[in-house]
Amino acid sequence: MSDHAKGAGGTFKSYVIGFLLSVVLTLIPFWIVLGDVMDNTAWAVAIIFTLGAAQMLVHIHYFLHVTLKAEEGWQAMSLGLTVLLLVIVLAGSIWVMFNLDANMMPAHEQIERVRNLP
Amino acid sequence: MTDTSTDQPKEFFVIEDPHHGDDHEEHHENGTMLGFWIYLMSDCLIFGILFATYAVLGRNYAAGPAPVDLFDIEMILVATFALLFSSITYGFAVLRMEMDDLRGTVLWLIVTGLFGAGFLYLEIEEFKHLWHIGATPMASAFLSSFFILVGTHGLHVLGGSIWLLVLLAQLGQHGLTHENKRRVMCLSLFWHFLDLIWIGVFSLVYLTGVLL
Repeated sequence: MSDHAKGAGGTFKSYVIGFLLSVVLTLIPFWIVLGDVMDNTAWAVAIIFTLGAAQMLVHIHYFLHVTLKAEEGWQAMSLGLTVLLLVIVLAGSIWVMFNLDANMMPAHEQIERVRNLP
Repeated sequence: MTDTSTDQPKEFFVIEDPHHGDDHEEHHENGTMLGFWIYLMSDCLIFGILFATYAVLGRNYAAGPAPVDLFDIEMILVATFALLFSSITYGFAVLRMEMDDLRGTVLWLIVTGLFGAGFLYLEIEEFKHLWHIGATPMASAFLSSFFILVGTHGLHVLGGSIWLLVLLAQLGQHGLTHENKRRVMCLSLFWHFLDLIWIGVFSLVYLTGVLL
């Protein structure tokens, strides 16, 4: 079963480190929102997303044990491909749809304009 | 030349075939683990598309309630920690399993299941509350995309919990056999993966939703 242990790749210490890092990375964003500590909303959102991404990396490393060598590299490669697809889908959708929102005038403004015509 | 080549193919096939004993099992297991990992990646794409949908539609309230009117962040914090605790207790179960400690494995898996059940309870209560005050998926595009994203994650946790119960029954019947160890490792990946998705949910839907 030593093969099994190698495959899992976790020790008590690594699980606890991952857990403590996750606790910190969870508490900070919740504290930002619950404590209402930041005036600048854009910065607060940026911090929340950065810490969220950091916690995802912590989980991938300490809990899912993804390494470049596991499964002869296929595990990391499939993860890389998935992340690439996600970036394309997410960034593409948000980019296109926000442009659409910006270029389309809201309906009520158009109605107001028509009503106010001489 | 032809005489030697008639003997050669046999040896060739023997070398190509999986090796006997532990090596054979290890090959088989790696195949299963990699296959399960690829399933998780395809699941990840489903969640990615649901995240994209929410990112696009999440601001369209249709004159209905907005996140700040609906979400109870303290409750989400409790749910987040329930899931995080269940992740670490599952890790402990895997560590006990590696020591061939059946009792420890089962106990930590039960603790994991209880945290998972606590998470599900909080989510069901939240959905019931939203439904009660009229914030149904039909109310706005924001709520449609909210329910499909959070609901899909909740269904995965429910599926994982049922799997956990089945696994406990299998462990009770057969103990820590090779197959059961592989199943525990597969569910481990699944469970940690769900916690990872939840990070995206609470960051994008709950925290950002309440701020903006």
